[in-house]
Amino acid sequence: MRPSMALLRSIILFFLICFASDSIGKEEQEEEFSEELLLRPLPDRKVLAYFHFESRVPPTDTYGRHHHLFPKAIYQLVHKFRVREMEMSFTQGRWNYERWGGYDPISSSNAKPPGVELWAVFDVPQHQIDASWKNLTHTLSGLFCASINFLESSTTYSSPDWGFQPSLGNSRYGTLPREAVCTENLTPWLKLLPCRDKAGLSALMDRPSIYRGFYHSQRLRLTSAEFDSVGMNSGIVLEQTLTVVLQPSTLGTGTMYSSGSSLQPSWSISSLFGRKVSGKCVLAKSSNVYVQLESGLVSELKNLWKENERSEADILAFEGSWANSGFELSVVPDKVIKEASSLGKGGPSFLYEFLIKNYNDSKPFDLGFTWKFPIYWSCLQAPLHASRFLMGSGNERGAIAISLKPSQQSGDFYSVDINEDNCRLRVDVFQVVPWYVKVYYHTLRVFVNEQLQSLADVVERMHVSPSEDKVSPGLMEMVLKLPCGVKSAALTIEFDKGFLHIDEYPPDANQGFDIPSAVVSFPDFQSSMHFLGDNFLNNSPMLSKLQERSPVLSYTEVLLVPLTTPDFSMPYNVITITCTVFALYFGSLLNALRRRVGEEERRLKSKAAKKTGRLHLLLSKLSAKLRGRPWEPPQSPPSSSSSSLVSSKLILKVILVAGIAAGWQYYFG
Amino acid sequence: MAESEPPRKKPRPIVRIFVFLISHSLLVSVICCTAGVLALLLLPVLAKNTYISENALVPGSASPMLSSHDVSGADSFVKEIISSNTKHTNAGIEIPRLIAHYILDLGAEVSYHKFHPELKKFHPLHFFSSPDPGIIHENYSCSLLGVNTVGIIRAPRGDGKEAIVLVTPYNSTKIDLGEALSLGIAYSIFSLLTRVTWLAKDIIWLAADSRYGEHTSVASWLRDYHTPFFGGMGKLNGETCHESSTLFESKTRPSMGTEISDVFRRAGTMAAALVINVADRNEEVDKDTLSIYAEASNGQMPNLDLINVVNYLAVHGQGLLVKVEKVWSLLDSKWVKTLGELFESLGKVARSLNPQWKFGISVAEYIEGTATLASSLYYQALGVPTGPHGAFRNYQVDAITLQISPKVSLNNKVRQNEFLQRGGRLVEGVIRSVNNLLEKFHQSFFLYLLTSPSKFVSVGVYMIAFALLVAPLPLVAASLYSDANKLDFTLEKDKHTSCTASVDEPGITFRSWKWLHAAKTVLIVHLWGVVVTLLPYFICQIPNCTPTTSIFLWVLLSVFSLLILHFTLGSPFSIVNVSQTRKEDWLLLKSVMISASFIGLCLMSVINFATAEIGALLIVPMCLMATPLKLEIKARTLRAFTRAACNMILLFNGFPLAAFVVIKGTFGGFGSISVGDFWNWVESLWAWNSATYLYICMIHLPCWSLCVHILLHSC
Repeated sequence: MRPSMALLRSIILFFLICFASDSIGKEEQEEEFSEELLLRPLPDRKVLAYFHFESRVPPTDTYGRHHHLFPKAIYQLVHKFRVREMEMSFTQGRWNYERWGGYDPISSSNAKPPGVELWAVFDVPQHQIDASWKNLTHTLSGLFCASINFLESSTTYSSPDWGFQPSLGNSRYGTLPREAVCTENLTPWLKLLPCRDKAGLSALMDRPSIYRGFYHSQRLRLTSAEFDSVGMNSGIVLEQTLTVVLQPSTLGTGTMYSSGSSLQPSWSISSLFGRKVSGKCVLAKSSNVYVQLESGLVSELKNLWKENERSEADILAFEGSWANSGFELSVVPDKVIKEASSLGKGGPSFLYEFLIKNYNDSKPFDLGFTWKFPIYWSCLQAPLHASRFLMGSGNERGAIAISLKPSQQSGDFYSVDINEDNCRLRVDVFQVVPWYVKVYYHTLRVFVNEQLQSLADVVERMHVSPSEDKVSPGLMEMVLKLPCGVKSAALTIEFDKGFLHIDEYPPDANQGFDIPSAVVSFPDFQSSMHFLGDNFLNNSPMLSKLQERSPVLSYTEVLLVPLTTPDFSMPYNVITITCTVFALYFGSLLNALRRRVGEEERRLKSKAAKKTGRLHLLLSKLSAKLRGRPWEPPQSPPSSSSSSLVSSKLILKVILVAGIAAGWQYYFG
Repeated sequence: MAESEPPRKKPRPIVRIFVFLISHSLLVSVICCTAGVLALLLLPVLAKNTYISENALVPGSASPMLSSHDVSGADSFVKEIISSNTKHTNAGIEIPRLIAHYILDLGAEVSYHKFHPELKKFHPLHFFSSPDPGIIHENYSCSLLGVNTVGIIRAPRGDGKEAIVLVTPYNSTKIDLGEALSLGIAYSIFSLLTRVTWLAKDIIWLAADSRYGEHTSVASWLRDYHTPFFGGMGKLNGETCHESSTLFESKTRPSMGTEISDVFRRAGTMAAALVINVADRNEEVDKDTLSIYAEASNGQMPNLDLINVVNYLAVHGQGLLVKVEKVWSLLDSKWVKTLGELFESLGKVARSLNPQWKFGISVAEYIEGTATLASSLYYQALGVPTGPHGAFRNYQVDAITLQISPKVSLNNKVRQNEFLQRGGRLVEGVIRSVNNLLEKFHQSFFLYLLTSPSKFVSVGVYMIAFALLVAPLPLVAASLYSDANKLDFTLEKDKHTSCTASVDEPGITFRSWKWLHAAKTVLIVHLWGVVVTLLPYFICQIPNCTPTTSIFLWVLLSVFSLLILHFTLGSPFSIVNVSQTRKEDWLLLKSVMISASFIGLCLMSVINFATAEIGALLIVPMCLMATPLKLEIKARTLRAFTRAACNMILLFNGFPLAAFVVIKGTFGGFGSISVGDFWNWVESLWAWNSATYLYICMIHLPCWSLCVHILLHSC
């Protein structure tokens, strides 16, 4: 049976080779770092710059505990608190969903509420989660020079069930809307990068130009599979992104075109950031810069191309080319990546890739983007535009309203089945409300197309955990099913404004109190880009991230609720009046206890017998007047004279004290 | 009983003080009332200089950035508006569109807000509450549609929690130059603010269509801002108002990819609001002037800091002459002048005694202060807002109206640019200060009276006058009550000397409850007051009623209802009492009436202090003086006659209608007064939900009628 033996041997050999190669592949798994920058012109003359840094470390059991690239602080943090997933963002300014888009993966995952947002998923037993969260907040607060430790208090964080991110157990979510974000937060964030901001793309981060922008969001996301007992063990992935919206300096806007509209400002990397890229970070596996043209812009460019009466072939040629009539890139891109056009998203978008490894100090990379024609386009927007506002007036009660309006392009999304009656649009709403805003969940009302709807018709699923005074915030997660062709929808929910204890007020209590942003997501719509050709994806973590399917997500505004605030000088007044009351009380009490009436009267009698002067006569007259009785000579009833003596003394004393007080007030007050 | 107690037990000193005061109530009330009036007259002397209390405001710390570029932009904007006004027939739509396009070109967000003017009606049940937003949408005709244009600048790095509102009311059908210039000022600021980097709060520019009144448009915008308003009046006028709504169909401008839409846009919680108004020159002054209007409904005032900032920036920054409203006729009245001279000389004496006593101001200053104070008191007491800013106060937003008027005529083109720049820089400075605020306005006073733009009287001071005026009321009531009891006691003693002493006990109990009868009379009269309050609601329903007929109808119905009440409720007891009308009856009645008016005044002072103050000035002497005419006639002394005459005069002046005519006459001349004016005045009061109306009908009028009753008492 030699042939069969040979066959068996060859099979075994094959398996052996396979295993060997597999194990070799595993051994070769190294720490990886990659840096990427995506630039995208925005419709309102601004430019979006999106830095994406990713560090990976293989799992500890195969790789060990010593790292070359991966930040030790993060590694330790993951291990100490057994963090499975964590995301933290520092944001300044607001993402303008209408002008900068709300559908693409970048806006969906990088548009964050102002201030700090932190959520984490832990791999610990249920009862340890809170402790882990508290420790984590303190660690992060030390690590990033921010007051994240305020999220420690149980009144500030909540445990989302399913509304915030689907399929997360053991998670905690907290926001600090008032946290100011500045370089002190950026520097520790940069420290986690192997090249810091000394080389590579991060060298572009000139602080003044970054913080001059209209939106600034630095984000850190951790995914670790260290504690997974089964399945793929891919180690820890640290994703750091910085999203900035910058306004290019408008130098070339002087030229006006026949349509009366002016050219979009042209920009270059050096004009945006004030610096150029002088080579990659040597530790980075890949270092790329992309310029993205949105689908709206691409289709406008195509129209322009068509207007110039090019042939069909030219249009096809346009798709692959980088130089065209609408704009000009100063550097030849190394590759043009086209997005596969998908339904409901308009045309495809284009990515121009530039490899930084080809540039160095003597030949710095400075990409210029020059517009040739005025072009107007609009961004892809989420199916509904969510905005939130306060209703009512007064210091007693109010209401929160979330209004959902279809965006302009929303017709495209469900053009196929818009006529069907059972076409429904799913909207998830996740909202955390601090306890001092006492929300009455039974007052939830839903309006669809300006008509009040019964909750059962619209709300498919709802999870509410009411707030507990001074213990936990209120949490509302709900799934709405709105008809597809909805013109407008609004949720209103009423609340009472609570009272805080005097030392629970923040330092600037009179500003009002924040209600953190609500999260509105559309699980029916996945924000992902699908690029044609898969071969390049392995070396670009950012592009693979953009391909990941995730629901379209948008944050609403932070609300400011003016609460009743005490006059903070009042404690002083209260102390003063309390002391006065106490003094009066104890004084009269002592007086009542100490006085022996019989004894006093006897002494007064003897005194009165001794002294009867003119003054006394006068005083007794006055006192008689005071008591409204006809005046009688002092000697007739001794008791009356004694009483008159007491009263006259008292009046004298009162007058004296009042005089002193008045004098004091006048001269020293 | 006090009499049955052994005489050795002496009452406590505080009780004795009260007994003393009550027994000398006449002296006390005379002293207190004079002191109260004096304290009121002294207020201009006691006024303090304003100061900026909130440190974060730092007005004027930054140099104004408004450049000539912005101003020239605004100038062309104004020109275009004026030309569009003359050119187009449907200017009501053209101007909002023009404003919207200009705003859009600046890169800001813009939207239209359409509203139906709400007709001012008397809602007896929603007096202190604004009507429910759910029920206001009734069927309106399409022609009654106003269009506000709202532009919003989002602060580039702000968190969007707060907003500052700029309001420029203009008449969209027929815009005049002043309104166009106010739009121009707002536009120049807006164009500056789209470029600046220091904004922390969003800016909202509301170009309010004042076709149906300035206040209406602002109020309806505010109402929709705070309710889930869906914009566009969707189903409301979908079919019926097709023609008017199509004019505003979304006109997509390619420039920004955004469109002007009906979507109601909001920014955060409002921090402050400024209403800009440009008025043509009305008197000879050598400077551009700025008038500040601050009174909102029911005497509510914005925080003093806001006025301070405006005043500071106008005086020190732009060199404007700042004014607040005055009662002009007081400026040249003799008695104010003599009072001023008196206070000045007193101040001089005081200074000679001790140079540190800073007492006394010059005569001119005193006269100015009095005139301003009087108008400040009057407008607060009226409870009617003095401008569109009043709508903001209902939402706890501090707001004032700035009325800027140039020193030369507005038509002077050369001056126009300079004027625009000056106004713009002033508003820019105020916005910058408010933008600096971390917290909302809370540091400075909310309860104050202005005696000049830079001087104020705070609550602590002006309360004294009121307290002094009101203080004698309970004392006099108590003394009257005890007098009545004593009188009764002596009478009964006279009567019962022959009888056995055992009858005394029920007599005392009966006596001590006798005030209940008086209380019932007072209660009935106050009930009548409620009826009188509600009568205009029915009178309003009568179509085609001139004010004069309305007022006569009102008076007639009031008298009629009083008679009905008298015969239905008042009769059984009066029959009992007719047989034994006694002298002390009127004493008891007066005592109860005084207590009722005391309670009423104190309640009113919580709601609207200025009303209570003016009301106390009228009511207190009237109540204290009231005595039956018969008694005076019986007495036949000079003193009695003067007292009767005083009574008559006070009663005449106390009647609301007469008081209105007299006040109008003294301040504006008697020539142009008609009784119908009073109706209009009252109508304005209830239209604005002023608590003053309630006060007049439910406290003042019953009090007055009771005084009349006492005067005509047969004893």
